[in-house]
Amino acid sequence: MEVPVATERNSIQARSRAWLRASLSQIRVQARRPGDFAFRVLLYLFVGIVLVIVLGIGWVLLSSSWPTIQQFGFKYLTNPAFDPIHNTFGVGPALFGTFFTSAFAILLAVPLSVGTAIFLTEFCPRRLRFPLAFLVDTLAAIPSVAIGLWGFLVFAPWLQQTGEPWLQQHLGFLPFFQGTPYGVGMLAAGLILTAMILPIITAISREVMVVVPVSQREAMLALGATRWEVIRYAVLPYGRVGITGGAILGLGRALGETIAVTLVIGNQATPPSASLFQTGYTLSSVIVNQFGEATPGVFLSAVLEAGLLLLLITLLTNILARLLIARMGRVGGGLTA
Amino acid sequence: MSVTAQSTKSNPFEAERNGLQLRRSIVNKLSIILTGFFAICASLFLIYLIGYIAAKGLQFINANFFTQRPRAPGETGGGWATALQGSAIFLSEVGRGPFASFVRFLVDTLTGIPTIIFGLFAWVLIVVPSHSFSAVSGGVALGIIMIPTVARATEEVLRLVPNDQREASAALGATHSRTIMQVVVPAARSGIVTGVMLALARVAGETAPLLMTAGGTPFFNTNLFHQIDAIPLRIFNFTLSPYQIERDQAFSGALVLIVFVVITSLAVRWATGGFKRRGR
Repeated sequence: MEVPVATERNSIQARSRAWLRASLSQIRVQARRPGDFAFRVLLYLFVGIVLVIVLGIGWVLLSSSWPTIQQFGFKYLTNPAFDPIHNTFGVGPALFGTFFTSAFAILLAVPLSVGTAIFLTEFCPRRLRFPLAFLVDTLAAIPSVAIGLWGFLVFAPWLQQTGEPWLQQHLGFLPFFQGTPYGVGMLAAGLILTAMILPIITAISREVMVVVPVSQREAMLALGATRWEVIRYAVLPYGRVGITGGAILGLGRALGETIAVTLVIGNQATPPSASLFQTGYTLSSVIVNQFGEATPGVFLSAVLEAGLLLLLITLLTNILARLLIARMGRVGGGLTA
Repeated sequence: MSVTAQSTKSNPFEAERNGLQLRRSIVNKLSIILTGFFAICASLFLIYLIGYIAAKGLQFINANFFTQRPRAPGETGGGWATALQGSAIFLSEVGRGPFASFVRFLVDTLTGIPTIIFGLFAWVLIVVPSHSFSAVSGGVALGIIMIPTVARATEEVLRLVPNDQREASAALGATHSRTIMQVVVPAARSGIVTGVMLALARVAGETAPLLMTAGGTPFFNTNLFHQIDAIPLRIFNFTLSPYQIERDQAFSGALVLIVFVVITSLAVRWATGGFKRRGR
């Protein structure tokens, strides 16, 4: 917009002088109001505390797990034994279990939640919309120990008696449904995780779909598209980035979920296989199961390294998700997720 | 439809076009049915879950339930989270430019970190050196967990305060800090309280961090430096109990917890007028 003529106002010298004058006057104003200055410092201090906590968590976990990192190195990631008696520690099965259950949950939850979100924003009769949305949102508020309680005492026994034998009988040729049905295990954990991350992905998908401009839909309808075609070709492509962000956010939640998973996964390491019936561990369930016995030394630091790993994994997934959602927010405008 | 009406019978593509139309309308109907089915599945699961827990849990709910020793529901509260609201004020009032968005990003990321990490943090810092579970360490863990919820909720509310009020205050000669503390924050007070309630509801159901910090005990205790019980811990322990009666009591505990959490979030939504906004 600037005029290419080098006037006095435009010259770099003048501008820097103006900037200097402005900042000097600002400092003078601030000096005149010491209360304002102190308040500002106080606020920065609060922000500093939050920063220190975040960095502190990372630092404490890193420094406390340093002995294990030094002693086992990368073998810690693959070693199947978490064995304080023989003083050898590893989280191989836990890493596998964490990713296996989360991947299963995401595969199931994404179509379910996106479908739910589509129904709630596009198809649902107005009168039904609020109660349905409220129910799905409330699912997110159920404490995980309550879901775990139901999963351990009701769902897992049902799986053992009815669900898993049925799957084995009808789909037993697939590698996923082989082995002994224990009830507790990867399948139970994955299904419970599905229920727990569904509300998050649904909520974010809904917010994303709501910001798709009406003009896009109307343009599609004007071309003679059915309502499904409007969603398929106008709404979903527009919201793809945001929905992906929501799914990754759900993945982060699934990776870190502790109590409900600990209750239903069996907490027994079996050699990793594709079977959903096998029992297993996750990183968080290793922590819950082992911290009580952890004696200071390598054992303690091994437990803490599991925590450090979990922190790193969830941080990465969350940062990725937030970046995607933020990008969506810039595209769509006014999206808060 | 007018296209079909205009086309003559001799049009060789008519059958094909009708087939396409039919397929499109079937796919459309199917998508409505399928997505509706998904939505209803998700809602029915919640209704079933609450119904089951209520049916199992109601039998033990009576006056004794809340007072008798085996499950004194002492909840450790996050004592110092409110102090950190300062960062929310920062985000909405002072913070501009890249640093503010970095802090906001940080707070958002904090939401996604599994709560057990915070438990681990408090455990290493307080429980391990002092060789004892304590209510204080539980409070610290829950306090940290509350920060992002409270901070973001407060930020949203502060943003809703009309700029006119800030300008009016400034026009009267108030300094920035005065404007914030005496005009903006009071105007947003109810919203801030709402945010704190929401965070409280969130931590009330936390189990993993408390397991590592508060420890859990069947005895009633008011000493902050000793083990203390919390409803989620009792539910967790009773779930793994071999006794049927204790398992049934776990359902009662879960019912109390769910009712508390759901009522809080309902009240919060009602108070913030969320009902209206959700109706879009």
